[in-house]
Amino acid sequence: MERIPILRMGPFLLITIQVDMHDKLALQLQDDVTQRISEWGSYGVLIDISSLEIVDSFIGRMLANIAAMSRVLGAETVVVGMQPAVAITLVELGMSLPGVRTALNVESGMELLYGTLGVRPWGTGNDGNEA
Amino acid sequence: MSKLGEIISRNEESIRTDWMKNMTSAIQRTDLMSKTEMQEQSAALLKAIARSASASQSLDISSADWTSVRELLQDMSGSRARQGFSPSETASFVLSLKHPLFTTVRSEMAGNMNEMFDTIWSATELLDRLSLITSEAYMVTREELISRQQQELLELSTPVVKLWDGILALPIIGTLDSSRTQVVMEELLQTVVATNSKFAIIDITGVPTVDTLVAQHLLKTITAARLMGAECIISGVRPQIAQTIVHLGINLEDVITKAKLSDAFALALQKSGRAVVRVGNASGATGSPLPGFAKEG
Amino acid sequence: MARWALGLGEQAMTVMKREMFPLQTSSDIVLARQKVRQWALELRFSLVDQTKLVTAASELARNTLDYGHGGEMTMEIVNGTAKSGLKLTFTDRGPGIPDIEAALKDGFTTGAGMGLGLGGSKRLVNEFSIESEAGKGTKITVVRWK
Repeated sequence: MERIPILRMGPFLLITIQVDMHDKLALQLQDDVTQRISEWGSYGVLIDISSLEIVDSFIGRMLANIAAMSRVLGAETVVVGMQPAVAITLVELGMSLPGVRTALNVESGMELLYGTLGVRPWGTGNDGNEA
Repeated sequence: MSKLGEIISRNEESIRTDWMKNMTSAIQRTDLMSKTEMQEQSAALLKAIARSASASQSLDISSADWTSVRELLQDMSGSRARQGFSPSETASFVLSLKHPLFTTVRSEMAGNMNEMFDTIWSATELLDRLSLITSEAYMVTREELISRQQQELLELSTPVVKLWDGILALPIIGTLDSSRTQVVMEELLQTVVATNSKFAIIDITGVPTVDTLVAQHLLKTITAARLMGAECIISGVRPQIAQTIVHLGINLEDVITKAKLSDAFALALQKSGRAVVRVGNASGATGSPLPGFAKEG
Repeated sequence: MARWALGLGEQAMTVMKREMFPLQTSSDIVLARQKVRQWALELRFSLVDQTKLVTAASELARNTLDYGHGGEMTMEIVNGTAKSGLKLTFTDRGPGIPDIEAALKDGFTTGAGMGLGLGGSKRLVNEFSIESEAGKGTKITVVRWK
């Protein structure tokens, strides 16, 4: 079955959503993200929605869920690239996604994650775990 | 109606000449319309009225028989509105047809008082209704003009300015209603994306009152920006506004507000990891002091 | 029968084009979004208005599926007085909405809550009306003018 690909970028996961997701796909993504965080020990999740032209309450809840579940697993989530029309519509819909960090693009999203986690982009010698 | 129609058709030339002659300079407005054009319009209108009056049984000018007259009047009115004629000048144009028309009817029906009265009555009814059409058409055109101007004003009055790399400023002047908020929001957010700006300073020095509705509009804009990854700072909060906000119980917990735009700018710079550093003295000179003064050190 | 209408009413509308689509599976919701987007583009709605319309359609289509146990969406291009717009009607023969007033209140702000999303959808359109009867079904009609 088709799935949204999750790429590993060092300590982070990068998810680029480019298709108009149907509900099952969204639920599958939530599943896969939690799996991967556990498997790879990721510290951060970047969700790039710059191609999404529609974010309805279901997708909004999915994003909030991913952020919440990831946090429980010790990873921070940043949603990047929301389109202006989508942002305006979400606000009108009444969703402000308070538990979800956001950034303008993948680059600033990564900066944010590095900043929050205090993890440096180049190797420090240890595996990043606090003793 | 057909009697009237006949009379007009028979005497078209003389009625028109009389009409033009008696049209006061106020109605003619040669500064806005040439005499020739005026004559052409009058001729066309008279002809159309004659034809419709002959064809029609009633004074119901909304009926199909009168369509050509209505359309002609609407056209003329519309263009006059755009040219700058006043509404009364436009309506008077039609009403001034009464005198020459009545005079003609009187001479044609001199022998029959009752018929003359009936025909003159029909004529006056007709012209009154036609002049009302011109007034309405005039207003519709003016309203279109006004709304187009309003739109242009709307777009001009909310410029988004780049203060620095990644820092935008949006000075709002005037009242914020829901339609204006839409325009403002869209412009701000699109500029945020286009310039990759993480900070947007919304300055409300020029906003006269902030009530719950205006606050809602501002909050919507701020929330939308946040969803996109940009942070808004509100500046230009006057003391009275601050009091109103608290009295109304408006929740601005998650929003950073500053009294002055300069404070907001300084904050944005700081948050984006920048500092303003002094190099040299105020005139930009970094060299030796004026003779007689010791160098600071 | 409980009825709730906002804006819809005396407006005389002439229908220029009409099509009906089933809402029985979650892929139907995706299809519905695409169809609404297509028609909105045809009508040359602004990008923001398109987004609002398609999002509202997505919300209401999902409701029809999840709460109404499936139904259909009817799309119509309508002409009102001096304006044109897109009218969407969502019908189902499900359990109906017992308390419309409550359903219209915003059920979620955190994204974790439930709620039918009706209050939110209402804000995305110009005209909104619900007819619902317990045990018989629900019909929601929305219009967005250009």
